[in-house]
Amino acid sequence: MYAVRNWLTGGILMMVLTMAPADGIAKAVPDTISLDALVQLYDAVNFNHSKHINLVKDCEQCHHHTTGTLVTDKNCVRCHKNSGATAVVACRGCHAIQTFSAEALRGKDRNTYHMDKLSLKGAYHQGCTGCHKKTGGPTGCQDCHALKNTGDAFYNSGSNAPKQVSKAGKHGGH
Amino acid sequence: MKRRDFLKACMVCGAATTLGVSKKAWGAGSFEGYPEGMGVLVDLTRCVGCRSCEAACNKEQKMPAPDVPFNDLSVFEEKRRPTEKALTVVNRYETKKEGESAGGPVYRKIQCNHCNEPACLTSCFVNAYTKTKEGAVIYNPKICVGCRNCMIACPFNIPGYSYSSAFNPVVKKCIFCHETRLKNGRPPACVDICPQEALTFGHRNDLLKIGHERIRETPDRYVDHIFGEKEVGGTSWLYLSGMQFEQVGLDPTMGNEPIISNVKEFLGTVPMVLAIWPALFTGFHLLSKRKQDHGDHGHDHDKKEDGK
Repeated sequence: MYAVRNWLTGGILMMVLTMAPADGIAKAVPDTISLDALVQLYDAVNFNHSKHINLVKDCEQCHHHTTGTLVTDKNCVRCHKNSGATAVVACRGCHAIQTFSAEALRGKDRNTYHMDKLSLKGAYHQGCTGCHKKTGGPTGCQDCHALKNTGDAFYNSGSNAPKQVSKAGKHGGH
Repeated sequence: MKRRDFLKACMVCGAATTLGVSKKAWGAGSFEGYPEGMGVLVDLTRCVGCRSCEAACNKEQKMPAPDVPFNDLSVFEEKRRPTEKALTVVNRYETKKEGESAGGPVYRKIQCNHCNEPACLTSCFVNAYTKTKEGAVIYNPKICVGCRNCMIACPFNIPGYSYSSAFNPVVKKCIFCHETRLKNGRPPACVDICPQEALTFGHRNDLLKIGHERIRETPDRYVDHIFGEKEVGGTSWLYLSGMQFEQVGLDPTMGNEPIISNVKEFLGTVPMVLAIWPALFTGFHLLSKRKQDHGDHGHDHDKKEDGK
């Protein structure tokens, strides 16, 4: 009786342990990601992750050292020589959605080393368009996300564009 | 009459000494901003000229609709300045860095720099401007009489004027979103919307540290100077640039003295002059009449003076 119980416990335990994912490596790498944290004015971005993996190959270009790659930037290496993979790899794990929140300005973040850390929006745009400018990818605003109706109202564009004023009535510009 | 003369001399000299040297007047130019003063670091290497900041300002401050959509980039063909309808504008500058074959355009956002010792505030004789402890320089349009002295005084030519209003024209300029956001600790609308995070909001002292740190970490990317750190007494809106500042429309020769220093020394002598000169010239007058007959204080004139 006890032998059966021992076998069952041992067997189930081993099955469970071998199925549990190893440190980050066996985590699912998504093919496409919908970047929808900031959808007030523009549609969500349908980001083709697998295409970028094939094009860029080096995860460090976007994910810093969080996927386990070695750090090479001289400004980072000073402290992150031995930094490896982390539990959180997604951009929004470290780059805050709220730019310059009152808490960040008031409290703890003022004394951390990374006090100049970009917000999520800044990280996406500087990271993505920065690389696209060098490699010939899309760089226009609507190349990645189309303007919504709320966006048209905001920019006074499209259907909200101002009606053409006749030139005769205008004073010369400053 | 000796006692009266003595007392008069005491009063005059006492007045001259207390009024003549006013220590507070000489203190101008050393104000480094309120300790909790906020600011914005504008990184010109990040701006791509999308004009979202102009759109955000327009909506936040409830400005009238623009003549041209905010995502229309043809406006960059001419240089613009802030007006009553556009409290902030972005201009494009075509520049070329040394050693680079193709110079890209550089964009600069122009708005009130919220100086520590604002020239507009100095020049306003109705005290319509206030430098708040959050760092914003705001004005009260109800007090403004529309004289436009501040427009002349501002070294950056920022305040715009509502020429379109016939009966109640007032000055209009960026107020750092003080009423709607800054008072509550939130960044202004333009900073919030910027997709490239070219605008960094924070305490002015922290922004200076961040700015110098950016220069230190990527020295090839920036000119080694934060514009506004010391210029005209220090401003709250600070600029980092990859190009020389004169190439993007900022004058690096404007000096570190606040605008008030141009008039402070002259005006500081006025109380002293008003106290001392009457006494001094009375003294000269009395000295010049010294040789005349001393007994002639009374109302009676000598007979020989009649008929002169």
